[in-house]
Amino acid sequence: MKSSLSVTLVAALLAGCSLTGGSSDEQSTAEDGTTPGEVVLVTHESFNLPKPLVKQFEEESGLDLEIRSAGDAGALTTRLAVTADNPTGDVAFGVDNTFASRALEEDVFDTLDVELPAGADDYVLPGDDGQRLAPVDNGNVCVNVDATWFEERDLAPPESLDDLADPAYEGLFVTPSALSSSPGLAFLLATVAAYGEDWPTYWEDLLANDALVVDGWTDAYYGDFTQGGEGGTRPIVLSYDSSPAFTVPKGSDESTTEALLDTCFRQVEYAGVLAGAANPEGGRELVEFLLGEDVQAALPGSMYVFPVRDGVALPEEWAAHAEQPADPYAVDPDEIAANRDAWLEEWRDLVTG
Amino acid sequence: MNRRLLGLAALALVPVLVLVAFFVVPVAAMLQLGFWPDGELDVAGVLEVLTRDRTVRVLLFTLGSATAGTVLSVLLGLPAAYVLHRTALPLRRVVRALLLVPFVLPTVVVGVAFRQLLGEGGPLGPLGLDATPVAIVLGLVFFNVAVVIRVVGSAWESLDERAGQAAATLGAAPWTVLRTVTLPRLRPAIVSAATVVFLFCSTAFGVVLTLGGPRYATVETEIYLLTVQVFDLQAAAALSVLQLVVVAVLLVAAQRTRVSAPVAREASRARPVTRADAVPVTATLLVLLYVALPIAALVAGSLRVAGEWSLGNYAALDTTGERTSLLVPVTEALANSLRTAVDATWMALGTGLLVALVVTRRSRSRVERRVRGVLDGFFMLPLGVSAVTLGFGFLVALDQPPLDLRDSPLLVPIAQALVALPLVVRTLVPVLSGIDDRQRQAAASLGAGPLRTLTTVDVPVLWRPMLAGAGFAFAASLGEFGATSFLARAEAPTLPVVIFRLLGTPGQMNYGMALAASVVLAATTALVMLLVERLRVPSLGAL
Repeated sequence: MKSSLSVTLVAALLAGCSLTGGSSDEQSTAEDGTTPGEVVLVTHESFNLPKPLVKQFEEESGLDLEIRSAGDAGALTTRLAVTADNPTGDVAFGVDNTFASRALEEDVFDTLDVELPAGADDYVLPGDDGQRLAPVDNGNVCVNVDATWFEERDLAPPESLDDLADPAYEGLFVTPSALSSSPGLAFLLATVAAYGEDWPTYWEDLLANDALVVDGWTDAYYGDFTQGGEGGTRPIVLSYDSSPAFTVPKGSDESTTEALLDTCFRQVEYAGVLAGAANPEGGRELVEFLLGEDVQAALPGSMYVFPVRDGVALPEEWAAHAEQPADPYAVDPDEIAANRDAWLEEWRDLVTG
Repeated sequence: MNRRLLGLAALALVPVLVLVAFFVVPVAAMLQLGFWPDGELDVAGVLEVLTRDRTVRVLLFTLGSATAGTVLSVLLGLPAAYVLHRTALPLRRVVRALLLVPFVLPTVVVGVAFRQLLGEGGPLGPLGLDATPVAIVLGLVFFNVAVVIRVVGSAWESLDERAGQAAATLGAAPWTVLRTVTLPRLRPAIVSAATVVFLFCSTAFGVVLTLGGPRYATVETEIYLLTVQVFDLQAAAALSVLQLVVVAVLLVAAQRTRVSAPVAREASRARPVTRADAVPVTATLLVLLYVALPIAALVAGSLRVAGEWSLGNYAALDTTGERTSLLVPVTEALANSLRTAVDATWMALGTGLLVALVVTRRSRSRVERRVRGVLDGFFMLPLGVSAVTLGFGFLVALDQPPLDLRDSPLLVPIAQALVALPLVVRTLVPVLSGIDDRQRQAAASLGAGPLRTLTTVDVPVLWRPMLAGAGFAFAASLGEFGATSFLARAEAPTLPVVIFRLLGTPGQMNYGMALAASVVLAATTALVMLLVERLRVPSLGAL
């Protein structure tokens, strides 16, 4: 009897949900096989546009918005580059200032006739001037500290990159690898910006001070950081300027962590219309929508980044706990493009000893 | 060409076409981007990559860690295969199902769990294993020991005991029986399992990255870094070819050692555990403990919210996370995963059955044998290529009618079926090749047509391994992340994709939800495997 029950269960499972079953695809293909009423956005896995905004765009433009996501920012850029002749969408969002030069080199993007909102000018990619890439959001990769940990020990937390190499903070810092993680790469670039050609010496000091390098942000924050998961032992971690807004305990109005604003590297994410897009007009409308007030206001809540547009109100926790650095470190995209591989190789040699 | 070869070709046609369309063409397209960077063949550039010191180091580390992982998996898996498939150990079905759980856990989750055990603050921290090759090998074994238990176990289960009993009656000690009678006859299954495990180990990605830190690279992680981070497609292509060559050599070597004698089979009865089983039972309990520790860490983590025991993380699974981190709730992603896994399973099972039939029919000529050998290896190759190469290959190659599948919801199950195909084949082949061809000849001489022969001789024996293969394919599909992460549609993510996203987003609730979702994924797999275990019972009567 029991086995016949299992048979029924399995049969039901097989019958109920095979093939494309359950997919909510509404075929919008017109009779001639083209899909004029559709715009396709290619983006990375962190993209998240709240449903009401998707609906709003579809109603305002009369277009169906389809979103395709693919891996992280690096995987997205590679995807765009290898499909440059025959793109898998109309618009790409999520290429950032550490990857943008690759996309531009591979001629992935078409020119963009979009007027940037006030404030966005500060974030355009040097060398592109908003010709092909429109800045949509920004955020900073910053060293974070567990404020409570330092308080309990009556120890002043570090403040600068220099401090991290100070013996007082030996064995306290954990950072993701520059090879496999985008914040990790941003931190490497911050040290390049801060120390110029001497950055390898700084890293030697950092490693001599028992800094721990792990695979990715998840590993560092949830595995080793004292305010992440349980069992972390390191009170200093590489994360974001917005991270303190996520460590406000219930019923408290103070965050247990703090971002060190003198250690930050700014990441800007761009959107652009793809060369060879099936619907470039719709693509342009979508880019304008991403720059519009509604999406810009939703960015902190849905993607943990700051808007580029002036005069957009931030969520409460953000206004209170996520402070942005006034003068983050920056490296020119052309310089990144020219040296990235050499830097990564040298960094790898340092870290792997 | 004689009729037999024609028949072989007809049977092989569908699986060969499938593999050409969804493996050869996409991989070739990526290789082409690397070998012809500007439309011109650049062999020198590719050769230069292969002579770099780093390439040699990476290759040696890959071979070394994969060998260690395979040897340890086999050593731990054999006693467990015996205990769980031959003896009447209480709860053995449950244990069997549980041991398959690691196989589907997202590696990043296991990585976090392992690091919580081995890391500085963890209970095993004092051993100093964090970010060492030992940690990588331990991780590889954690994922793969189940493959050995399953593949060898299902062969062991249907092994005719009489030869062993005869030897024992003649005075052979149990150890001698094992060494001289049982193991040689299990050799095809052991080699099969070891081959698959080696391929899994040598192409492992997340385990190596997470547990080894930036210090250790394998060919697979190197291809990922070169493709995604550095965008050096030439170097990536060089390494992909290297990987394929190594895998091909390995498959040929495995083929040579796998030569099997026909084995008479009978339904064996599980026998009660006796004192003589003390060693294998202890070994099995150790394996169980080994697998259970990280899973227990995971379950414990999933039950904690803000430092207190709570079911809150599970309650949150039908939401989209802290501050709507997800596009769809976790429960919907689970439904997506199940649907996709059903599709991947029938695809892998159908193709795998054809492949297994083709490669196991006894050859009458040397040409025929050679053709079968080549085909056998050919269908294993997908395991030897990196998910990155395959994933991007799909996007580059499948962009023209009639195969414009880049946006098709079928792309994900197809990719997962390719990953599962070798598992299905390797589960079926040892059993099929163990059938004495004389049975088929006897059936034929009694007037049975080919179909009748198949249903009366092959199917009764095949039934159980088919279900095992289906369970494997289903589990592999549920847990697949590499290729899926490149191909899944944003509005229809699978559970591993959602877990990965939760883990990559700030917020304690999201972390807790990721752990809870991993437990759900693990439990779902265990449930499916238990169902498969139950379904195996009625087939006994058919033997």
